[in-house]
Amino acid sequence: MSESFSPIRKLGHAVVDRIWRMGFAARFFVAVLRYSGPSFRRLPLTLREIYFSGVLSLLIITVSGLFVGLVLGLQGYETLQRYGSTEALGVLVALSLTRELGPVVAALLFASRAGSSITAEIGLMKTTEQLKAMDIMAVNPIARVVAPRFWGGVISMPLLAALFSAMGVLGGWLIGVVFIGVDDGAFWSQMQSGVDFRYDIWNGVIKSFIFGIAVSVIAVFEGYDSVPTAEGVSRAITRTVVTSALAILALDFVLTSFMFRGTS
Amino acid sequence: MSDDILVDIQNLHFNYDGRPVLQGINMKIPRGKVVAIMGGSGCGKTTLLRCIGGQLRPTAGSVRLEQNLVSEMSHAELYGLRRKMGMLFQFGALFTDMTVLDNVAFPLREHTDLSDEMIRDLVLMKLEAVGLRGAHALMPGELSGGMARRVALARAVALDPMLVMYDEPFAGLDPIALGVIGQLIRKLNDALGATSIMVTHDVHESLMIVDYIYFVSQGTIVAEGTPDEIRASKDPFVHQFVNAEVDGPVHFDYPAPPVVHDFLGRGLHV
Repeated sequence: MSESFSPIRKLGHAVVDRIWRMGFAARFFVAVLRYSGPSFRRLPLTLREIYFSGVLSLLIITVSGLFVGLVLGLQGYETLQRYGSTEALGVLVALSLTRELGPVVAALLFASRAGSSITAEIGLMKTTEQLKAMDIMAVNPIARVVAPRFWGGVISMPLLAALFSAMGVLGGWLIGVVFIGVDDGAFWSQMQSGVDFRYDIWNGVIKSFIFGIAVSVIAVFEGYDSVPTAEGVSRAITRTVVTSALAILALDFVLTSFMFRGTS
Repeated sequence: MSDDILVDIQNLHFNYDGRPVLQGINMKIPRGKVVAIMGGSGCGKTTLLRCIGGQLRPTAGSVRLEQNLVSEMSHAELYGLRRKMGMLFQFGALFTDMTVLDNVAFPLREHTDLSDEMIRDLVLMKLEAVGLRGAHALMPGELSGGMARRVALARAVALDPMLVMYDEPFAGLDPIALGVIGQLIRKLNDALGATSIMVTHDVHESLMIVDYIYFVSQGTIVAEGTPDEIRASKDPFVHQFVNAEVDGPVHFDYPAPPVVHDFLGRGLHV
């Protein structure tokens, strides 16, 4: 009888295990917030992580933002041309980037570039007993290692998203104005009048901040909770990228439905 | 509990996933001594060390350190106690993103308000004690196994702890490095007036430097004594361990069903 129930038992075990892990992740998040004091009292700890998460992600963010803007410029011009409103290219590029593409694509790139690296670093510190060594030296590894990386990611994310959007607008301008010949004044003036600071830019900043929290907490948790073996760390890195991507897209839908309902 | 006793372990039990690892350990470790805990792999030595350090909570029994009941201390109290402890991990556990100097300075920077110059001087003194002052600028990846262990030793004693714990300090070292580490453990213990607990299975090196030895097997203490008593012991376990004999009370093979069961019976799955 037990054999025939084996698949059900396995399924139940997997579900319970997943729920237990989510509960553990929530408690871990609370612990990170609770032990965040040193991240701000000893600012160099967090600045160092902003450098590793943010500054070292600049290249991929700027180049990706530029290319996304170039593509948006081309696609947007082709569509707007059908309706004779190519002057609206500036506002189309800017709204697409500030509302959606900037926060979402920057967060996906951040999860791949910085999130995976944070998970790998913490996972390897666990594998080589560095976290245990800290703990036995009466230094809380969550306060000393995890929290600065978490805040480094949270602070970096909106800045990277803003840079991504700025580079995208530059790419759209290059294609639309410089190469295709859309009127320069119309491009910028329509953008200025069509983009609302409260609804478009500020909501985009809020989105990227929330994505930053999600990606950073997933990255530090997966590293901290990784099985301390080579395979375990490798699996944790994979989980960081996959879970972050899903979390970003799901959160984007939820946030968008709250932020932009009935306003456009 | 006498003031001379730093660590007092009474009837210590520890289960891992329902499996008993430690089963009624009793041990008294006097101040100023170097004590070795020996036994085969998986006998519970490291678990015992972790119970002493408060990293694991016993299932039953007690661990007292300086009269404090370790198993009942709060997180903050435990951290307060750990500032008076040092630990050398099996493979050093050096922080790979820091130089040798920063590794040894780590506990000083975390727990004291000393100036950078003062910390630097203290670290160089500790590194001098382990013969690595000249290596202070190197990264852990540039060190040999023996050098990494010596740096970890300097870090473990950076705060002049009252208790230093060593988890397999001789594992994977060449004979020269092994002898150097052994002598350093003894000399540093005496110079600092500390107490040392060493988990190891290196019998010959340990017999030369320790004051007392406990033999652990299957979670219980099966023999104990001074190095001279151990050398003279007729106890079958001690005799097998000290002379590295295959036959004796300690089985080399992992428990398994009869050979016939696996090769000719239904246990065979290809």
